[in-house]
Amino acid sequence: MREATHPFVFTGCVELRQALGLLALDERELLDRVREVPPDSIFFHTHGYFLRHRPVTTAYGNDFARWAAVEAHDLVLAERLAVVEPFSFPTLDGLREELVTILHDHLRGVDAVVRLPFARGFHFQQSHVVEVPLGPHVSTLAEFRDGLAAVDPSAIYLHMVEARARRGRRSGDFGEWLSSSLDMPALAAAIERIDAHLTTLERVRGRVLYLVEAALQEGGA
Amino acid sequence: MDTSWEVTGGDASYYATARALQAALEGGERVLAEAGLERYVETNKTNAKKLDLRADLVFIHDVPPASLVTERTAGRWVWRCHFDCAAPQHGAWSFFRTLVDRFDAAVFSLPQYARRLGVPAYILHPSIDPLSDRNRDLAPREREAVLTSLRVTQDKPLLLQVGPFTRGHDPLGVVNAYRIVKKHHDVRLVLAGHAEDDPDSREVLADLREAARTDEDVVVLELPADAHIQINALQRVATIALQKSTQERFDLGVAEAMWKGKPVIGGPTAGIAQQIIPHVNGYIVHSVEGTAFRIRQLLNNREQIPRMGAAGREHVRRTFLITRQLLDYLALMVHLTA
Repeated sequence: MREATHPFVFTGCVELRQALGLLALDERELLDRVREVPPDSIFFHTHGYFLRHRPVTTAYGNDFARWAAVEAHDLVLAERLAVVEPFSFPTLDGLREELVTILHDHLRGVDAVVRLPFARGFHFQQSHVVEVPLGPHVSTLAEFRDGLAAVDPSAIYLHMVEARARRGRRSGDFGEWLSSSLDMPALAAAIERIDAHLTTLERVRGRVLYLVEAALQEGGA
Repeated sequence: MDTSWEVTGGDASYYATARALQAALEGGERVLAEAGLERYVETNKTNAKKLDLRADLVFIHDVPPASLVTERTAGRWVWRCHFDCAAPQHGAWSFFRTLVDRFDAAVFSLPQYARRLGVPAYILHPSIDPLSDRNRDLAPREREAVLTSLRVTQDKPLLLQVGPFTRGHDPLGVVNAYRIVKKHHDVRLVLAGHAEDDPDSREVLADLREAARTDEDVVVLELPADAHIQINALQRVATIALQKSTQERFDLGVAEAMWKGKPVIGGPTAGIAQQIIPHVNGYIVHSVEGTAFRIRQLLNNREQIPRMGAAGREHVRRTFLITRQLLDYLALMVHLTA
């Protein structure tokens, strides 16, 4: 079995939330705040939703859409924000621009917005991700499969979401390692193409495992 | 990690001032005498001399020990605020903010409970302990014994609200919702809690007793704050749990009931909204009528009750158990000491 030039280390994470003290009490304020908050806050309310929410709660895709639907009762805006696919933007500023454009276009057709009480406003946060190394290093595709099957779901998030969106590793850590250390660019590309939007970490794990298992069956490693 | 838990002490005026200060920070109107605040600070200076505060990380909880921070010498200091201080009395906040800004960080239960500070404000949701008397599994015999001692029978669907008998928890609103439901369903309402030490709460309790006197299916149980097994047993036999609070607080009674597999109908506070996913594990309601409507909806569609209950238990398992809170605290410690 092929040995990697560098072993892979599965790393889990814990998300530490920080309140920014910035809030929006209506959709116009949401537009203003989205323009000015740090990129990490945009990340927290879009990509971060993927870590925090489970199958039953992913109906809105991101915190902005959820707030528009549940608190502001602006269902048109909620639908427009819900389809924003954070993984398709190479930079957080690009994602911010998309959100700003949607909010701006939506508000052009709205005469008045309703002010919400403080507790129901959109309270901006950001997060710090604390990494936690998990288990032994893996050096073969079979070891990678076994490790992936057992690892804490937060590791899927760290290696496939955090790595891409906030750390500039556009292929994600799995793809990067498979391509550069195990010389399996086709498998890496297939994993990179997995649509992680509006699903769960467990389903993403299942899809990666399916691809890895198929590669092992073909004897490619 | 080496850890220790230190407790501050003081005379009656120290505790009176700390209580008044916290009430004012929670938005209540209080008169805070300058002499009392000075004595509060001085008492904590004396406390600081008696306590071992040399640590890499020091967590200070709520108001009484907060001014220990004026005596800090080493390590990182964190103020853990367990209450909602988003709308404090101005004078109280002016005094208290000078203390909070001397910490390295503050921790709140929700962003809605935080003030803008000169130090980072982190968010850690509270949690429930599944192994405590309040939440552990009860053997059927133990549960029945508790219910017998409370004189609660299980011959009809049980609606349950656990919480202090205060306007903020709106038990009278729950009674009115029950009366609407009672026209269509033979149910029993149990209100379990205690009156607080103020005339308004005693008035609420008197009204509840009157409601119970005229309707044998309204049961008012006055229980001490440590009646954990009794609350546990009641939550386990409830058909639907209610938490119709109107006053902002986290209200972990919602998570407790969900842990026992019950759908929860709750008021629209930020803390309750954090726990209830509408239509999945319960409903958020804004009125007596809305409460009655959702109770009837569940009673008329009984198959939803176990489904929502299971979703609630899973939501709590992932999000509101003490193991998650422990991870959050460890992450905070790593972040602050790295």
